[in-house]
Amino acid sequence: MLSAMIAGLLVAAVLAPLAERRLGLWAAPVLAALPAAFAAVVLLNFPRGGGVALTEVRPWVTDLGAELAFALDGLAAVLALLVAGIGALILIYAGGYMAGKATRGRLLAYLLAFLAAMLGLVLADNVVTLFVFWEATSVVSFLLIGFDHHKGESRAAAVQALLVTGAGGLAMLAGLILAGQAASDLGLAGTEAWRISAWATVDLRQHPHYFPTLLLILAGAATKSAQWPFHFWLPGAMAAPTPVSALLHSATMVKAGVFLLARLSPHLGGTPEWGWLVTSAGVVTMLVGAGMALGQRDLKRILAYTTVSVLGTLTMLLGVGTELAVKSAVVLLVAHALYKAALFLVAGNVDHGTGTRDITALGGLARHLPWTFTAAVLAALSMAGAPPMFGFVGKELLYTSKLDLEALGAKLVIAAVIANIALVAAAGMVAVKPFLFRRREPPHPPHEAPASMLLGPLLLGLAGLFVGLVPATFDRTLGPAMAAAILGREVEMKLKLWHGLSVEALTVLVLSTVTVAGGVGLFLVLRRRMATARRLLEHASRVGPTRAFNASLAALPKAADRLSRLVQTPSLGRSLSVIIAATLSVAAPSLILLGRPSLPAGLTEVQLHEVALAVLILAGAAMAVVFPKRLAAVVALGLSGIGIALLFALFSAPDLAMTQIMVESLTVILLALLFAHLPPSPERSSRAERLGHALLAGAAGVVMALFVLVVVPGSFPPSTSEYFLAESFSAAHGRNVVNVILVDFRALDTLGEITVVALAGLGVWALLRLKLGNDRGGEP
Amino acid sequence: MSSGWIVLLPLLAPLAAAAAGLLAWRAPRIQAALGIVGAGAQLAAGLGLLQQVLREGVQAVQLGSWPAPFGITFAADLLGAVMVVVTGVIGLAVTVYSLADIDPGRRAFAYFPLVQVLLAGVAGAFLTGDIFNLYVCFEVLLMASFVLLALGGERAQMAGALTYVTLNLVSSALFLAGVGLTYGITRSLNMAELHLRLGVVAESRPELVLALAGLFFVAFGIKAAVFPLYTWLPASYHTPPVAVSALLAGLLTKVGVYALIRVLTLVFPPLPGVGTFLLAVASLTMVFGVLGAVAMFETRRILSFHIVSQIGYMVMGLALVGSDSPAVRAAGLAAAVLYIVHHIIVKANLFLVSGIAARLGGSFQLARVGGLAAAAPWLALLFLIPAGSLAGVPPLSGFWAKLAVVRAGLAGEAWWTVAAALGAGLLTVLSMVKIWTEAFWKPAPDTATPPPPAARWRLALLAAPSLGLAALTVAIGLYPRPLYELARRAAEQLLAPSNYVAAVGVATAHDSARGDGKGGQ
Repeated sequence: MLSAMIAGLLVAAVLAPLAERRLGLWAAPVLAALPAAFAAVVLLNFPRGGGVALTEVRPWVTDLGAELAFALDGLAAVLALLVAGIGALILIYAGGYMAGKATRGRLLAYLLAFLAAMLGLVLADNVVTLFVFWEATSVVSFLLIGFDHHKGESRAAAVQALLVTGAGGLAMLAGLILAGQAASDLGLAGTEAWRISAWATVDLRQHPHYFPTLLLILAGAATKSAQWPFHFWLPGAMAAPTPVSALLHSATMVKAGVFLLARLSPHLGGTPEWGWLVTSAGVVTMLVGAGMALGQRDLKRILAYTTVSVLGTLTMLLGVGTELAVKSAVVLLVAHALYKAALFLVAGNVDHGTGTRDITALGGLARHLPWTFTAAVLAALSMAGAPPMFGFVGKELLYTSKLDLEALGAKLVIAAVIANIALVAAAGMVAVKPFLFRRREPPHPPHEAPASMLLGPLLLGLAGLFVGLVPATFDRTLGPAMAAAILGREVEMKLKLWHGLSVEALTVLVLSTVTVAGGVGLFLVLRRRMATARRLLEHASRVGPTRAFNASLAALPKAADRLSRLVQTPSLGRSLSVIIAATLSVAAPSLILLGRPSLPAGLTEVQLHEVALAVLILAGAAMAVVFPKRLAAVVALGLSGIGIALLFALFSAPDLAMTQIMVESLTVILLALLFAHLPPSPERSSRAERLGHALLAGAAGVVMALFVLVVVPGSFPPSTSEYFLAESFSAAHGRNVVNVILVDFRALDTLGEITVVALAGLGVWALLRLKLGNDRGGEP
Repeated sequence: MSSGWIVLLPLLAPLAAAAAGLLAWRAPRIQAALGIVGAGAQLAAGLGLLQQVLREGVQAVQLGSWPAPFGITFAADLLGAVMVVVTGVIGLAVTVYSLADIDPGRRAFAYFPLVQVLLAGVAGAFLTGDIFNLYVCFEVLLMASFVLLALGGERAQMAGALTYVTLNLVSSALFLAGVGLTYGITRSLNMAELHLRLGVVAESRPELVLALAGLFFVAFGIKAAVFPLYTWLPASYHTPPVAVSALLAGLLTKVGVYALIRVLTLVFPPLPGVGTFLLAVASLTMVFGVLGAVAMFETRRILSFHIVSQIGYMVMGLALVGSDSPAVRAAGLAAAVLYIVHHIIVKANLFLVSGIAARLGGSFQLARVGGLAAAAPWLALLFLIPAGSLAGVPPLSGFWAKLAVVRAGLAGEAWWTVAAALGAGLLTVLSMVKIWTEAFWKPAPDTATPPPPAARWRLALLAAPSLGLAALTVAIGLYPRPLYELARRAAEQLLAPSNYVAAVGVATAHDSARGDGKGGQ
């Protein structure tokens, strides 16, 4: 069922361009019916409490722990609803946003593919399934950030995002495998060990690999959810078309890291390591994101940094991990998805209606874009955490959960208040500044967006208001189910706008008021001092990880080149030296360990002509070394070869000798021909180099000689030669055993060598006759 | 034993096609047709062989019916059979591609028969059960590939071919020396018998066996292009026509890896320290290979360095045979086999696609091309599939290969090598993305000189093999179980050489030969 629905989305993605060509404007709404149906199915099957409503397991590669396993628990269900629901709205929006553009079909296709990947990710119950969909979202995100790929910045941003999330993904893969192997060590059998839901029955925290596992998985979560210092790819991702930013880079995909933390917290959370690592990453990210948001002038970049901040808050809450913290993470996650997607769509409408997203060039648009403004206000109020919006409920709970935490709590609350003040100000800059105040002259006269582009932001904004007013729609249904899945036990949830008059409730109320008042004040100051804020930010980001990343990426090819050249040399001599040195280093130690070889008998009775031959061979070799010209050296080597051939002849192997002579001649000819095509002989190497080569070559000779000496025959019967002698005449009908070996016993070797010789001849022939132009070829 | 003759068919089919082609010297068209037939027949024979091995276990045939170990034995286990099938696939794809890619000049000089000889040599190397015959197959391969590299006589080609042939000849010399010394010690060339005899030698003189293994390691390490012996590869693979590059890139280094697997699992007994050593070599190979790729800005050079890097992953899988745990050994070898099959398909395809891209864009230089995503969206897709697979993007074939290797590595607690594998994986992504953003996304630069548009039939002929290989990649990606199952069973066979030895029948043949002095005939 679940996999069929995901596959359906993929098929729709493939067909989308075709549908767009056929249906035009209506393609997007028609296609949007698919994710809407998905959302409906999830709603109909919504899991109760901490239970699981739908499961599906299909074998994939069971030996690798891979199953196509899905499970619809509370966490998966809420996220699936967000993804599919917001996805449907954004498909409709994208249809309007891209109206009249040739790339509309492609965008719809990518968006559908993304929905398939993201839904697969949140529903996954097997680590390999999870990883497959996780990476799929990264890849689609890459294609979407680079959607306008004629722009250099789009390409750079796409690469940056892919590398950062890809690096984290690889680390996470290792972490997930370690976790699966740990589960297997702890007693889960077969594919059970790789099923996340099954980990509840073992305690992964007790495994000796717990800490590396945790670190690796956190790396994946942190990069995907843009935690400091990996946050910088997210603002860059704003190069994508606005519907994409709304869907992937605020509401859904960037939540994947947070989702992973939530998914794994029952199995890996609750330890001091988890608490410290996750909470501190979250706090830093929350503050950095909030601060950076204030120095931006591009609507989308402001939103991107506030997204970073909220992702930090969510991470922090999951790091704290108490029941209240998890509940407030749940509320904040949903509230954020709703308002942030709406705000991005608002930004898209503003861009669409005026031609710019630069807030310094925007003002007084409320009259011209009334509906967009309405949606902006609704969403911004939720973002600012003002009553009676959902965001308000979320923030109240956030503060309460921190107060819950005794000593640490106070500091976290202060940090959260500071970050939220900045978020309120940012909400003002996005939703108030462009619409009210003095009118500016945008690039083209402002006009309201079409209905398809208003539906999404208005509905999302209204959803925030609705849930805020009637929290029972959330705290009886989605909320507790999701919190229960994260906590691993049933929980109750009670959200309200008014908490009564207890000391705690009043403290929280005061904090909320301070936040909103502080934020409004900050916004009013900031509106006049934008330039100062930007300058401050520029100073700050000079030391940031963005620069470090970009600098290392830029320096990488050069550095890689330098390292690579340590091995990859254009000098044939050096390559040969490396090979010889490698041979010596793998063979020599063992040979030395073998001890002194015993000299075979008969080595002393050397005949004169044997000496003469040895001299000839050695002289050839020596001349090859001494001669400065390549051609002469080759001929000298040929001399050596002839010497060896004579040696063969001398020891009664005339056939071998003949072959050797043939091969030697061909070699010399071939090489000589090659040289004709090469630039003139290169400079001779330096004295020191030649000395080194000589030593190496000498050592190689010694080792080969040692080798031959230690090979003492006799431990095995010479049965093969006996067999050949015995069978040569009787079975193979030949008197010359060598010939019989060549043409019968080992005929295939001969066939092979004949082929080699034929090929060599062919090669020489072709070299002599065929000379194509040098217009193509590999030189840079 | 008669059914065993199917073991020879994958070798004989292309060899016959080559011989027939050479007889038709003045008719390149006939040679081309014979090439298609030969490669197709090799693929069919390979598939038949694979089926038989799956059904009946290791298949062996004694050439000339001379009993093992006296004649030459051909033996196909699952590894060999799978490799032959992949060889057939690549042979067919490249031959079809060559119909549109190779110029009349090269055709006139027996291009197609040369390819067939190469295919025959590769199949021979995968199937021979005789170490000297393996050497002969390597010689056939080397000479055929050298002539293919040099054919055409362009200057860059000649420089590349010279490096190639020189360093590979050194490898051959080392190999031959190793074979000679092995024979000196064991009096045998039959790999199954060597398995028995070297095991005996290792008990009394382990250092000698280790030194001998070192010699083979360097010889095959050069062929396989491991660190630091790979320099010949990036120096030569970017110079010939892209069809030749694809053929060599797909098959040759993998013959080296195959030989490493074969000698380390069959010929040599388990050697102390070899696992650690190979893990180090694997790590360095992965990292240095990919660094080269990161530094390059020419498609074929990038791809060439990636071959090196990817060899590291295969060696990593092989290295795990040094583990104490049988499960890790099996997982490592299975991963290596899976990796080889995936890599052959994907790497050959990447070269094929890069050839089409250069044909449309006018250059292999990334700085001088661009805009291909808009100009040829179909080509973008054709590139994305193998490139994504090489980079390990799920769920393409490369992801499963990488998953299998990393999983086995983690199970074997090879932490540093896993780290190297993941790091190299990221840099692989980076350099594939580099080709993508530069050639496909970036607008075509003003300096671009796109050639006149190619004829439709030519493009179709170029794209068809690439499409077929891409379809294989996707199929393996979506449904990897059969291939992994095959790899796992191949690994099991490799780890239990007694099956292979029994199928070759050396122990018995040897005894009977000593008994009555009469052989098969």
